[in-house]
Amino acid sequence: MGKVGKIARRTFLFGAVAVAGGVAFGVYKVRTPFENPLKDGLADGASTFNPWVVIDGEKITLITPHGDKGQGVAHAQAALIAEELDVEFGQFEIDFGKPDKAYWNRALAGDGAPFMATDESFTAEATRSFMGGMIKLLGMQITGGSTAMPDSYEKLREAGAVARETLKLAASNVSGVPVAQLKTANGAVQLPDGTELTYTALAGEAAKVEPVTEITLRKPSEWRLIGKPMQRLDMVAKSTGTLDYGIDVDIDGMVHAAVMCNPRQGGALNGYDASAAEGMRGVQKVVDVSGGVAVVADNTWRAIQAVQAIDFDWGAAPYPAEQDGHWTAIEASFTEEQLDKEWRNEGDVTAAMAGGTAVEAAYRVPYVAHAPLEPLNATVLVEDDKVTVWTGHQIPRMLQDQVAKVTGHTSDQIDLVNHFMGGSFGHRLEFKHIELAAEIANQMRGTPVKLTYSREEDFAHDFPRHIGMARGSGAVKDGKVTAIDLQVAMPSVVGSQMGRAGMNVPGPDMQIAAGAWNNPYGLENFRMRAYRVPELAPVSSWRSVGASAGGFFFDSLLDELIHEAGADPLEERIRLMQHDVSRKVLETVGEMSNWGSPLGPNQGRGVAFVESFGVPTAEVIEVTNTEDGITIDKVWVAADVGTVIDPVNFENLVQGGVIFALGHAMNSEITYSDGMAQQANYWDAEGMRLKQCPEILVRGLENGDQVRGIGEPPVPPAAPALANAIFAATGQRIRELPLYHHIDFA
Amino acid sequence: MQLIVDGKSHEVDVEEDMPLLWVLRDELGIKGVKYGCGVAACGACTVHIDGVAVRSCQSPVSDVDGAVTTIEGLGQPEALHAVQEAWVEHQVAQCGYCQSGQIMQAASLLTEIKMPSDAEIDEAMSGNLCRCGTYPRIRAAVKTAATKMQEA
Repeated sequence: MGKVGKIARRTFLFGAVAVAGGVAFGVYKVRTPFENPLKDGLADGASTFNPWVVIDGEKITLITPHGDKGQGVAHAQAALIAEELDVEFGQFEIDFGKPDKAYWNRALAGDGAPFMATDESFTAEATRSFMGGMIKLLGMQITGGSTAMPDSYEKLREAGAVARETLKLAASNVSGVPVAQLKTANGAVQLPDGTELTYTALAGEAAKVEPVTEITLRKPSEWRLIGKPMQRLDMVAKSTGTLDYGIDVDIDGMVHAAVMCNPRQGGALNGYDASAAEGMRGVQKVVDVSGGVAVVADNTWRAIQAVQAIDFDWGAAPYPAEQDGHWTAIEASFTEEQLDKEWRNEGDVTAAMAGGTAVEAAYRVPYVAHAPLEPLNATVLVEDDKVTVWTGHQIPRMLQDQVAKVTGHTSDQIDLVNHFMGGSFGHRLEFKHIELAAEIANQMRGTPVKLTYSREEDFAHDFPRHIGMARGSGAVKDGKVTAIDLQVAMPSVVGSQMGRAGMNVPGPDMQIAAGAWNNPYGLENFRMRAYRVPELAPVSSWRSVGASAGGFFFDSLLDELIHEAGADPLEERIRLMQHDVSRKVLETVGEMSNWGSPLGPNQGRGVAFVESFGVPTAEVIEVTNTEDGITIDKVWVAADVGTVIDPVNFENLVQGGVIFALGHAMNSEITYSDGMAQQANYWDAEGMRLKQCPEILVRGLENGDQVRGIGEPPVPPAAPALANAIFAATGQRIRELPLYHHIDFA
Repeated sequence: MQLIVDGKSHEVDVEEDMPLLWVLRDELGIKGVKYGCGVAACGACTVHIDGVAVRSCQSPVSDVDGAVTTIEGLGQPEALHAVQEAWVEHQVAQCGYCQSGQIMQAASLLTEIKMPSDAEIDEAMSGNLCRCGTYPRIRAAVKTAATKMQEA
């Protein structure tokens, strides 16, 4: 990590001490850290060193403020602290903590800056620093963009080290033994004579001393946890049905609610007749909510049955009623007026294609639902001076603001008890279900209300991944790709998502271009332009966001051109690659897959490379064209994340990302008719089933100089690698997802 | 109506068509059984009736004619069933929400077929959806569990 990282670290450690000579008041203010949120409400005798470690006379608690949606981040964050604190798994509890500005996510802001992740120039770093400052000023505590590890990697180890050294000082005060003669292990300070003073026993004394902030982080060669296979903390609970998700919350006196809002998302409710519902067993109340109606009952099933018995008169959708209308709007957006930004323009594509284009093609990606297996839910208790929310959410601080708007409280009166999430893929960045639960509970103050979406309501109100289209052309010469001109048009996912939260994000939306503009190839002639389509159906971030579309567009076009040039798909990508870490990723996946070795009859092999969230990722896929359709036989993945925190979890996340992406590439989409999503349950958007799952071999590389997250990067290359493999096996080039519109899968 | 769940007898007063899933979750408070789709498309709600895997979201409670076993009755954190042991060893779970159903499905398969082939595992487990994509680990864990149960 360069200079920017060092500044962030010192700010965290030294608190109010100004660093690096404040350039302006705003910058100085930005660099002033927030009050430690754990100072309030600490029991007597408890000590807190920073917002991440709490030790009292009873136990050690590590605060892991990034939400856990299955990626294992609660475990990984705890491991980073434990590495320096010298505590073992089993000796501490973990807690998601409370929403607080102190948990702002700098790494997400850095990735939001419009510079290629492979660009480490001064301007790029300075802009990332500024963006980080803005996010800090807003106190944006967010889990997204594969940033949990970049955000946590240094500061949580520092938190552990500060706590450890302060405990040693406390032990020195108690024992009279100089700090230099003290050691730590297993949650205790060890004196030279073998006596052990446990951290919990030292908590009272440690509370009296100033935190020791002169610390040195251990070298990677000294690590006992990081980089080694770990047993994730949540495995036993998740294998025995004993882990409580938001949907499992049970509060004394709680009632159950179900809701139906206009399936034409954002459309009006003209009227309804709930007489049938009102007489149904267990129904307690029918409640008006924004854009729909909720039923409160004594049981979830009864609430769902009753809300479905209501006769609704819904208004029209605020977007084209039929799917064709969405495509028409996109096709009409490749205009100068709707040019969001020209992201790259190198060489002279016009001149390079003067002698003719090798390929001219259009590509499309559909709306897709997130559909995590735990349906959306939230339990809310509204009291006059306090609101409590039990749910699993990725943006705790904004959740407070959104709930406060509904109930009329102030944001600091909103308490969130965050929970492990039964998947998200971006779904739990949204607030609508939380707001609806708050609306219902606000009409029943004093009674806890659990709102559970039916699966059908969840699909109907998913806020799917954006739809998009690309027009591409290119030229080849002497067996090489010489020019690419790619134009992408899609609605702004950031505009749609932030707009719902009442925020206006100025400037171009990088997600329209993601996965396409930021490729580190050194094409002689390359132009990439992004067009912003006026909002159609409301859309939201979906695992890997823009790169899930842009990666398919760019890599598919590149693959077509390489075939036109008569070059080898892997060799030509390696030849074009200008970024050493990325080239190594391509070379590695080639070696892993034994690229170039003979294939069986009807088999084909495809490769794709996409950089997303700073992680260069290459995938090779082998398919067979059988009588029953395409089978996906084997996948190889190489990705560079700088440092692999836990190789077991890394492999699991990469395999899962590939399966998630391939399932959607095969058969999943949301389409609209009469203003409503035509897909209502998993039968309609199935994803991959176990029997379709290929063998997936994974290698994590550590040549990059920054630690990166792996939740999203495996997703973007999977769809183009599959389409490229299908072309290799069948000669059929498919330029539209989902692929099953054009070819059968076994 | 009387139900035997995880070895305990319960008297429930509910509609005949209420799915077993919601009787377990909301009437008896057994939250280890999960709601995913309500239409037997995902398998998250899988329990055993007399040892055989069924989708509790599509089983009206009045049709339940045997002893019900849920994930919480199969084993406990301090006394894991062989399938659960295998799941922990292989670190199968990501979000974990589908795993109660996956484990119940696998346990039922291994009661029926002691050492299932790859094809038999694929066929038996393909009704259980995992949105996180833990399938490679599920396959490996089923094989490990089969071996454990043979040795036991």
